[in-house]
Parts: sequence; C-alpha cells; structure tokens
Amino acid sequence: MNPQKHIKKIMTITAASLLFSFISITGANTPAEKGFDVAARSDRSDRGFSDSVVQLKMVMRNKAGKQTQRSLLISTLEVPDETLGDRSLIVFDSPADISGTALLSHVKILDPDDQWLYLPGLKRIKRISSVNKSGPFVGSEFAFEDFTALELKKYTYKYLGEKDLNGIMCDMVERYPRYEYSGYTKQVSWIDQQVFQVRKVDFYDRKGDLLKTLILDDYKSYNSGFWRSHTMKMVNHQTGKSTDLLYGDYLFKKGLSKNDFSKSALKRIR
Amino acid sequence: MIKQIDALALFITDKILRFRWWVVAATLAMVVLAAAGGRFIEFSNNYRVFFGKDNPELIAFEDFQANYTKNDNILIVVKPKDGKIFTQDTATAVEDITKQAWNIPYAIRVDSVSNFQYSWANGDDLTVEDLLRNSAGLSQETLDKKEQIALAEPLLKGNLISDNASTTGINVTLQYPEKSITEVPEAVGMARMIVTDIKSRYPDLKIALTGVAMMNNTFAESAIKDLSTLIPVMYLMLILVMIFALRSISGTVVTLFIVGFSSLTAMGIAGYAGIDLTPISATAPTIILTLAIADSIHILVILRKLLLQGMDKITAIKESIRINAIPVTVTSLTTIIGFLGLNFSDTPPFHDLGNITAIGIAAAWFYSMTFLPAAVSILPFKVNQDNIGKKSRIHYVISRYADFVALNYKPIGVVMGTLAIFASFMVTKIELNDEWVKYFDHRIEFRNDAEFAMEHLTGIYQIEYSIPGGGEGSINNIEYLTHLDKFTDWLKNQKEVRHVFSYSDIIKRLNKNMHGDDPAWYRMPDSRNLAAQYLLLYELSLPFGLDLNDRISVDKSASRVTVSLPEISTKKVRQFIDRSKTWLAVNAPAYMANEPTGSTVMFSHISERNIKSMIKGNAVALALIAIVLIVSLGSFRLGMLSLIPNTLPILITFGIWAMLVGTVGMAAATVTSTSLGIVVDDTVHFLAKYLRARKEMGMDPPGAIKYAFETVGQAIIATTLILGIGFAILATSTFLINSQMGLLTAMTIIVAFIFDFTLLPVILLMGTTRKGGVYEPAKAY
Repeated sequence: MNPQKHIKKIMTITAASLLFSFISITGANTPAEKGFDVAARSDRSDRGFSDSVVQLKMVMRNKAGKQTQRSLLISTLEVPDETLGDRSLIVFDSPADISGTALLSHVKILDPDDQWLYLPGLKRIKRISSVNKSGPFVGSEFAFEDFTALELKKYTYKYLGEKDLNGIMCDMVERYPRYEYSGYTKQVSWIDQQVFQVRKVDFYDRKGDLLKTLILDDYKSYNSGFWRSHTMKMVNHQTGKSTDLLYGDYLFKKGLSKNDFSKSALKRIR
Repeated sequence: MIKQIDALALFITDKILRFRWWVVAATLAMVVLAAAGGRFIEFSNNYRVFFGKDNPELIAFEDFQANYTKNDNILIVVKPKDGKIFTQDTATAVEDITKQAWNIPYAIRVDSVSNFQYSWANGDDLTVEDLLRNSAGLSQETLDKKEQIALAEPLLKGNLISDNASTTGINVTLQYPEKSITEVPEAVGMARMIVTDIKSRYPDLKIALTGVAMMNNTFAESAIKDLSTLIPVMYLMLILVMIFALRSISGTVVTLFIVGFSSLTAMGIAGYAGIDLTPISATAPTIILTLAIADSIHILVILRKLLLQGMDKITAIKESIRINAIPVTVTSLTTIIGFLGLNFSDTPPFHDLGNITAIGIAAAWFYSMTFLPAAVSILPFKVNQDNIGKKSRIHYVISRYADFVALNYKPIGVVMGTLAIFASFMVTKIELNDEWVKYFDHRIEFRNDAEFAMEHLTGIYQIEYSIPGGGEGSINNIEYLTHLDKFTDWLKNQKEVRHVFSYSDIIKRLNKNMHGDDPAWYRMPDSRNLAAQYLLLYELSLPFGLDLNDRISVDKSASRVTVSLPEISTKKVRQFIDRSKTWLAVNAPAYMANEPTGSTVMFSHISERNIKSMIKGNAVALALIAIVLIVSLGSFRLGMLSLIPNTLPILITFGIWAMLVGTVGMAAATVTSTSLGIVVDDTVHFLAKYLRARKEMGMDPPGAIKYAFETVGQAIIATTLILGIGFAILATSTFLINSQMGLLTAMTIIVAFIFDFTLLPVILLMGTTRKGGVYEPAKAY
C-alpha cells in the first residue's frame, strides 16, 4: 500500500472514530466499529499521561516449577499521535551480569520497531534490526508488545459481546494484528465497563489455537484517571510456562522529553 | 483326588448334555455381552507407553522436558531431483512448507533453513533475520551465498541441511495437550496433507516424513496392519490343521467357534478395562487363537479315538471330558500363569498382552468344558464305520517310536544333555539391541522414510544432555562456556556423531557479530557480563516460536546439547554415552556432569530393564507352574522332573538364536515366562496319561510310557503343529518385537516337543532302572 494513502486512511479513521467516541459507543453499527470504539475508549482513557517511570519485577517459571527473577526500570514517553507508537527505555537492574543494560524502543505501528541496546560490558550501543515483535521478551512469556502500552492502530477489531469476569462486567473485543510478522492470529481482550481497562487477554497462535492468557490485576488509579495494573500474569497453555510482572508505584509527569528517549540519551544511562 | 474331580466332571457334563440348547444359548449371550466391550478399544500412539511409570530413564526424560520443552517432532525431509536446495524453486518450496507447518496441530515451533535466524553485523547494526525470505525473487548468486552461510552454520549443517546441500529438513516441534488419543494422528494427518499439496505443486521433490510423532503414529498403524493381516491367515491355518487332525467338519466348526469366542471375550473385556492396544498387545488375539485351540483338540482327538473303539457318542463325550478335565485345566492354568508373569515386565504393553491372553485362555478353557460337549452332541460327529477297531498309521508309528525310546534311552539322554549344555553356553553371546527405527519392517513406510532421512540428511537417534553450570545465570560463566565449547568439539569429532546442537555455537557467532563480523572474534566472549548481555540482545531479536527457551533453562542454570546419531546399535549407544560421561568427568568442572537422556537413551536400556524385571517374573511363574504340576500329578518328584524338559528348550532356543541371529530386542525377556506356560502343556498331557496307566491300569513305567505315547502322541503332534505354525505366523508381524517373540516361541515349542518325545521318557525310565528294572518291549502289548 502507498504509505501516503495509508496514513491518510488512518487519519480519516482516527478523526471519524474520535467523533464517534464522543457521542456514544452504542452509536456504532458494525461489530468491527463497535470493537474499535471499545478499544479506543480504553486507549484514550490513558490520554495525557505524558510520561511515566516504574520499577518492575519479572518472575519467570517453567513447567518443572523452577523460577527466576529479573528487575528492570521502565520509562515511557507518550506520543499523542496515534499513528506513531510510544517511546520506552528499559534499564535492567538484575541479575548482576546484565545490570545497566538498556533498551531504547521507538514503537512503530506497522513497521519494525526501532531498537537500540546499550551494552555496558562492551560500552557500545548496538542497533537491533529485526522484523520480530512477538518473540519472547528476555526469555519470558511476554512479548515486548504484550506488556507495553496498547497501540490502538496495531489491530483491527470485532466486538464480541459483554460478559462477567469475576464480578466485573466486561466488553469482549477480538483484535487482529495488522503487522505482517506478528506471531498471533488474534487476541480476545476483556475490557471492563467501569473504568475501561483491559482485564484479560487470550492470545491465539498462527494455527488459531489458544496460546497464552494474560490476566491484569491490582489496578490503581493515578492522578485521578490514569489506571495502571500492578500484577500481570501470563500463562502459556502450550508449554506450561508462566511469567508474572509485579510493578512498583508509578511516577507520572517527570518532565521527560524526546531527548531522554534518544540514542544519545542511552549513553548517559551509566 | 483324581476320582473326585473325574466324578465332578462327569456330573457337570451330564447336566450340560441334558440342557445342551440352553448351554449353547447362554454361551452365545455371554460372548455377545463380552464382545460388546470391543467398541472401547483404541490404539495407543505414544512410545512412552513402553516405559513403566517408575522407569528411571523415563523419569529423567520427563524431568528434562519439564525444564526445556517436550520434543516430539515431525521431520519433513526434502530432496529435489537436481540435488540442489538453494534454487528459486526448491527454496520457495521450503519456505512454503515452513509456513504451512505452523498450521500442524500442536506445533509450537518450526525450524528450517528458511526461517533460521541468521544474525549478521554491519558496524554497530546487528541484523537478525530469516535466512531465506521470498526466495522466488532472489538471484541464483544470492541463493549461492545463502547456501554458503547455511553450510558454514554449525547449527544447520548435518542437521537441517546435508553436507552437500542436496537435502534439507523442516523440523516441527509438537507439544500435545495429552488429552485425547487422536492428537498424534491429527498432527500426522495434517503433515501428510501438506506433503501431498507440496508434491502436487513441486513434482521434482522427494519428501519423507520422520521423527518421533511419525514413529508414534506408526505404532498404531503397525498394530492395525498386523491385526488385519495376521488374523485371517491364522484362521485359515487353524482350519487346515484341524481338518487334518480331527478329520471332522463338525469338530472343526465347533473348535473355530470356541477360538473365536475366546478371542472376542478377551478383547471385549480388554475394551471394558480401557486398555489401549500397542503393536505388542495387539498380538493377543493371534496368540489366543493359537492357544485356545489346544483344549478342543485334546478333547476331540480322544473323543474320536473312543468312537473308533465303538463307544456311543454321548458316553464317548462324557468319557473324553472325564479323561481330559484335569490335563486341560492344568495346562490352561500353567499357560495363564506364564502369561500373567508378564506383569513383572518393565514394559506395560507386555502386561496388557499377558492379561488379555490370560483372559482368552481362561475363556477357551470354560467354553471347551461347556460349549464344546453341548455343541458336539448337537452336531453330527461320526467316524468311518470301517475304521472302528483299527489303529491308524500314525498310531502305529508312534507306538514303534515308543519302543525305540525305551530301548535307547541312555544314548538319547547323553545326546540331548550335550546339546543342552552347548546351547546354553551360546546364550551368553546374545547381544541386546533396540533400534526403534528397526522395530518396523520395510512394509511400513516409516522405516523407509527414517532410513532415507538417515542416509541423506542427519541422524535421527538423538541424545540429550542438560549441562548444568552450577547455579542461576551460570551458563554465562566463561569457564562454563569454554568447557561447553570443548565438549561440543569433542562430540563433533566422534565417529558416530552426525550433528551436535549446542548453545556454545550461538554465543561464538554473537561474539563475532558484536565485533563487526570479524572472524577472529568467533570465540567465547571475554567476560560473564558480556556473555549475558549478548544473550539478552539475541533473545530480544528472536521471533515468535524460535526463542531459546527450549535450549536454555529458565533460570539460565543449564543449557541443552543435542547429539544426533545415525543408524547405531543400542550397545554402541551405551558405549558412546559412557565415553561422553568419562570425557566430561575428566575434562570439565564437576558441576557440568549429568546423565544424558532422550528416547534413544530410554530404548538403549529397555532390554536390560526388561530382563532384570522379568527374572523375578520368570522365577515366580516357574515356581507356580511347578506347584501346579506337583499338585496335579500328585508327585513332587515327577513335578520337579517335568520342569527339566521344559526349561531346557528355552535355553536351547536362545542358544540357537545366538548362533543364527545374534541380536534380540526387548521381546527376549518375556519369551521365557510365556513359552514355559505353553510348552509345559505337552508334558502335562503326557504325564497325566502316564500316571493314569500306572495307577488305574497298574502298568510298569515302560508300559505306561507306551500307553501315554499312544493316547496323546497324536494330539501332542497336532497341537505342536498348530502352536508352531501359529507363532511362526506371528513372526511375520511388521513389528520386530512381535516377530522375534513369535519366532522364539515357535522354536521353543518345537524344541520342547523334541524333548518331550526324548528326554521326558528318558527321565521317567532313569528312575526305574536305578531300581534294577529291565524293560522288555513285549510286555507293553
């Protein structure tokens, strides 16, 4: 597809859906539109957080029950334009042998992400060129895109209906990755109807079989309106492996700028 | 006691004959009810069923797989006519297969030369990408370059690409939910559909399917094939032998009903019990057919003899049942004990075989004692009036033979004794071998495909090492990596080894990539931190499904080394494993030592495990059979003596096998118990008649021997013929374990027959001469 045309189309959809979501979700007529609207309402409930910093513990378990941990610090910069992805900087803290290693990502919607890694052992920055997005993040059951902020435009949607999830009424929306090299064929997300946050996601693999389930729990609201889950549990149904993400308290509006998420900023990490 | 049993048999038979129509109807109802269980029968398709829950190798492998991933796989082997993989056409086909293979049910990973994650550097840019993408648009020059890359890559060469790049493999890793028995056939079915599709679009490709999933599926296919080919042949054989032995259509028909009923009953009950058939337990109906016939034959041969003596039919039926009640019961009991002895085996399918067959034999005994007299009394059963009072030619020959044995028992004893000693000495020369590809013969597609894969691509016997590094994150230690690399090199230099998959080859490549692809840096990184950071970088760039989780444990405390071996005997596998363990112990830090595992390792121990477990089973079976013999013969001396002509044949059979064949698989351990239960039958029949002659007719030993020969000689010949042929038919099974079991049992039966006709009378006579008795042939008449 012609990229110009592409962007134009996305802009049109964005404009149209923005207008729609202001009026009412129920105004949507097709399941695809309604699905998009539910996802958009969830995504936009987060609008304006500008930047955040959070400490994160990752606990990985295999089928034999053996487990291991790593801790990392994630800084995120909001990029308001929905045709562009957010920027993030991940600094690994432990285990000791990767301490200080930093990953800078400029998320793209339909193209490979731009990623740079600073290796303290080598004292160099390496640019990673890869079309792969849904591979496991540092050996965990999460792909990078599974736990970073939802990018609305990465998917097309279909509204499935509403269902109770542990006492919370949720909208179920199926979403289909638009990225050519995604490892998933579809995801089913459960978005609650009160604060519009994702509570659960089922991931389906290339042959359409259920692969993983993500449960998002311990939601807290920051600055009256920014909801963040503090416990994310991902279970791989096929291998029996699982990963928990345990978040500390978020800090918002630290005044971070694009400068803090640039290649030159990577060098300043150490 | 014999008298009471005789009286009981007479009483019951009397009642059966009076209510014969009711008995026939009740039998039919019983069979229908039992056989209805057959609808629950399913065919197992997992090689793990060959290993008991407590099998140490299985436990080790399950533990290994819980730490990495289960590695049941389908290997799609592709060889184009022009012998070149890296052409636009074939490379496109490989990409196509790779893409389609992701749709195979339960596939969690697909590896091929096309989706191999090739990493390369351009200054500080690291690119990780599929080795082949959109090959249809690549020039031959580019493809040639890719071929060079593939052949230079230790993870690919000798594994997914042959050394001359003429054959390639697409490996599909499967992870079953293990909830349904149809999982394996589902995956295999899809793989076959893909192959059919690819072949239709790329007619110049030869494609073979192999791997653990294909083997598993083949177990069921082999069992079904055996059932559908062996059983009809078996029935045909039974009919021929019976017409010859019984010379009666009615007798043959009744016997056919009885063997059919027995086999239906046993399989039906197996169905109710929820037993999944394996190629081994699927032989049960064939074995039951063979064994169930003996009871009927003994009863019918004597019946015919009595009719020839001019007795009326009803009296003759009662008399035949009376004479046979004890021997038929005892022989059924010993055979049942022999088969139940299989429950000691370390391989559960043998338990199923033993139990199903035992049920079948019990059913045959029951139907022979009830249905048979009822049915025979209803059907016409006549002998040629001219023959009444005359003795048959066979009878004459047997009677002359009895004289011969009585006169020459000493030299016969010496010859048989010498043979036995020589053959038993040879037994020690037998080599145990369980190459699972060779479990299937060439009528089975899997055998040909697996051999094709081994000839053109790689070794499919894999040995897995989980090499620990001593603690969390320890695989990044330079000491660990250096020794892992040395171990990998050592493995690659072993003549048996076709391929080694080791993490050390990945980290060396990454170190090179991190230094602008300078070949001088193709070595271990300088520090643990660097190694850990390279690994992190690499992990960040891998795509869905191609991660390192199956090569490195989650806490990075161990990594996995996979060694592929070509066609190799299990003895050599064990020697190789021992060498590798010694190398590790001598050359690597102590924390790196570990037992290798995997299906190949499991099968390399299966025969020993079975022999060890069956020693106990055989001892118990032997003891129980001895007790049955002692009680039923009413003589401790005779009971113990009768074990000699029955255990020696087994020893001799293995001796002959050692000389003619040399190797044997896991069938070896189980043949002893079952064949003992079978061959002891002839002795029981012989001794029962011998004792009857001694006690009821007051004959001396030589006379009683002659009487025994004359009464049961013909029946023994007939049953030996049937059993010998029956197990010989089993020897044509597509499954090696069955054919070895069949051939060994057939041989044992024939050797035992010879012993019963030679050593048994010799033993009986030896006892008499010690007391100074002299035999005169004339006395016996």
